[in-house]
Amino acid sequence: MEEQILITMRDITKTFPGVVALDHAQLTLRKGEIHALMGENGAGKSTIIKCLTGVYERDAGEIHMAGIEGNIFNHSTQEAQKIGIATVYQEVNLCPNLSVAENLFIGREPRTKLGMVDWKVMNRKARKIMDDLKIRLDVTNILENYSLAIQQMVAIARAVDMDCKVLILDEPTSSLDDTEVAKLFHLMRGLKKKGVGILFVTHFLEQVYEVCDRITVMRNGKFVNEYDVAELPRMQLVAAMLGKDFDDLATIKPEGASAAGGELVVEARNLSHKGTIKPFDFEIRKGEVVGVTGLLGSGRSEMVRCIYGVDRAQTGTEKMHGKDLKINAPIDSIKAGMGFLPDDRKADGCFAELSVRENIILALQARQGLFHTLPMAKQNELADQFIDLLQIKTPSRETPLSQLSGGNQQKVILARWLCTHPDFLILDEPTRGIDIGTKTEFQRLVLKFASEGMSIVFISSEIDEMLRTCSRMCVMRDGAKVGEIDGEMTQESVMAAIAGGEQQ
Amino acid sequence: MSVLRNSLQRATRQKLFLPIFCMVLVLLINLMKSASFFSIAINNGVLYGRLIDILNRGSEIAILAVGQTLVVAVSAGTDISVGSVMSLSACGCCTLLAGYGVNSTSTLVMPMALGMLGGVLLGGLCGAFNGVLVANLKIQPMVATLILFTAARAIGLLLCDNQITYIRYDPYKYLGNFIPGIPIPTAIFVTIAVISVAALFLRKTSLGLYIQSVGVNSRAAHISGINSGWICFLCYLICGLCSGIAGIVASSRIYSADSNNIGLNFELDAILAVALGGNSLAGGKFTLAGSIIGAYTIQAITTTLLAMGVSTDQAPVVKAIIVVIIVVVQAPVFRDWIGNRSARKLTIAKVAAESGSGEGVA
Repeated sequence: MEEQILITMRDITKTFPGVVALDHAQLTLRKGEIHALMGENGAGKSTIIKCLTGVYERDAGEIHMAGIEGNIFNHSTQEAQKIGIATVYQEVNLCPNLSVAENLFIGREPRTKLGMVDWKVMNRKARKIMDDLKIRLDVTNILENYSLAIQQMVAIARAVDMDCKVLILDEPTSSLDDTEVAKLFHLMRGLKKKGVGILFVTHFLEQVYEVCDRITVMRNGKFVNEYDVAELPRMQLVAAMLGKDFDDLATIKPEGASAAGGELVVEARNLSHKGTIKPFDFEIRKGEVVGVTGLLGSGRSEMVRCIYGVDRAQTGTEKMHGKDLKINAPIDSIKAGMGFLPDDRKADGCFAELSVRENIILALQARQGLFHTLPMAKQNELADQFIDLLQIKTPSRETPLSQLSGGNQQKVILARWLCTHPDFLILDEPTRGIDIGTKTEFQRLVLKFASEGMSIVFISSEIDEMLRTCSRMCVMRDGAKVGEIDGEMTQESVMAAIAGGEQQ
Repeated sequence: MSVLRNSLQRATRQKLFLPIFCMVLVLLINLMKSASFFSIAINNGVLYGRLIDILNRGSEIAILAVGQTLVVAVSAGTDISVGSVMSLSACGCCTLLAGYGVNSTSTLVMPMALGMLGGVLLGGLCGAFNGVLVANLKIQPMVATLILFTAARAIGLLLCDNQITYIRYDPYKYLGNFIPGIPIPTAIFVTIAVISVAALFLRKTSLGLYIQSVGVNSRAAHISGINSGWICFLCYLICGLCSGIAGIVASSRIYSADSNNIGLNFELDAILAVALGGNSLAGGKFTLAGSIIGAYTIQAITTTLLAMGVSTDQAPVVKAIIVVIIVVVQAPVFRDWIGNRSARKLTIAKVAAESGSGEGVA
């Protein structure tokens, strides 16, 4: 074998109460390669990484690293760092209120003879590190003044400067835009040339094919296979991840999507919220799926937040089923028959420490009111019903939500709204950060509910996802609704509308 | 053996394990020290004994702990004004009963129940004030309640015209002592009543779920249709009412309103009770039972120390040491450390066994 093997992990097993997270999983990382680790939510990607970096201790299995004899046990991330394994997480864990140089050298600042921090040397060294990586910035500037991508690169630079041989990037790109991703990839390629082995976890297929050399696919805590990227067609990769022949997403087609004759469910005129969204009109009919498209920050989320009443509308009127609707707080919209799945799952959706059952029944209970508690038997029945219907993977209905994987958490929040039987459901980025199998499932569900008469607003950053589900789209730009498109929609026509030009 | 270990493991995972364990530990030390600690006798028609004393004297802390638990759960902050509010309620009650400026009285100017109700409502008013500051104005709980922490005691003193008002009217002493003919201290009944009402309310309504969801994630609770601000306000209001009740009990014990001493440092005991009960001070999930066990544990420690002859001046030092130990044992970091240690030992043993058997084959 000509490539030098850096790390081999064999037969790694890890169990949590009620769940086998890793079942004889394995991973091989070579010197100077970018290795993608792929799999659905809950496949065990994070767990195997955490076993490597010492966050978790494995129950069984062996880890070997080039240059180190014997089986490695890391008991903490510091120990892992000492032998050259560095990790950069999705959420940057640096100190945003310190300068770039301070962040690079925190904990190992160069000292003068008197034991004081030698700022000159520190800044000079920091400048050299950033120059070497071809990142142009002022190292004395405060870190939070830079974009998330730059912050991530500083985190990577810090890891590289600490002599890392193995760099683990855990979904670094999910909050970056395209140009930032390009910068990051440039940096990764540079490191690869220097012989660093990079383990790259991501959900984006495009990025895997752009930058990676090899792929390890995991499923249900097990190792599926290792592939050369060049030899693995996309469909096969997806099939490997799902563990079945991939029934193409494209087979989903809205049936009877046009609901032009249906009853008007929600009718909003001239709604606005100061500072977030300019006055807009909106209407949706029974059984209709309407998309809201636009760039990030164009007012997509703000528009639905205004309709639902999270941000209270300051002008305009809203009607539901022809009756005037006055929304002071979300409870009013829930009572009227609305549901809202927010885009920021962690901050606006999850009750991490509460059980799956409590998470599911909460909105229904809130509508019932304080003094009309749902009987426990009813709560259990509802929870079981939705765990079954949405195929939520959980050890039990009393498991805290935090122990579920991202996609399953999202399903629980969807269940919260479904059990209120809403007439009008808003889904704001329901599929962000979840794997492709669950994505397909979500799209199917949306179409199923619509065919049962529910009106749905569907927001997604992925245009093709909306093309498959929506019969009409509102186009947003710079905090205002600039038009609507319907009929024959294609990727190109939607892009053109987002970019500008087409007006209603 | 393994069955025993398994059931022991299961028991230690129970949420209430540690609070109960601490309680048992304190009682066990007493048992070793002197068995007479547990003896209960009837003297002059009323029950006497250390256990009765703990139950009796722990009443105020237990009542305060009920309110404090809810406040901690909903706002991830503590209400440090409860001790001062106790004092204010007591002063309010005594002034209502005796009339403004009266130093000592044996006749009441209004029905006793009405005066006591007034005192409790005064506590509720303080709770409402705290609630508005925290829930509506979004002031940090500790800062918001610091206002009444400093002010309430002084307002109480003003209400009593800068003196200690004595109510020398026998029925007024019943609440903090004994009702003639009943051998059990009345405060125990009051505590049972408060706890029962709270537990019933939490069980029969969805308040518990609401409080926990607001405590865990108030933004998500708002979107899910819960009026986060109102729930938060409600918890502070309940906490204020609890302080009011505790204040009246404390006042009845000494049949007076001693503004400077009633409820002194009780906020600390109440917060400690919540922590000892295994509740996270970061809010969210809570258990009322844990806090109440915690409250009586604190009182048991105090009573034990006094019984052992530790002087009242030195008792806090010993109490602090015991509390440090209990809190450290309960800390997640410590528990993880213990867990990891035993897990590591196990893996090392396993690896050693594997390599040993491997050599044997070779």
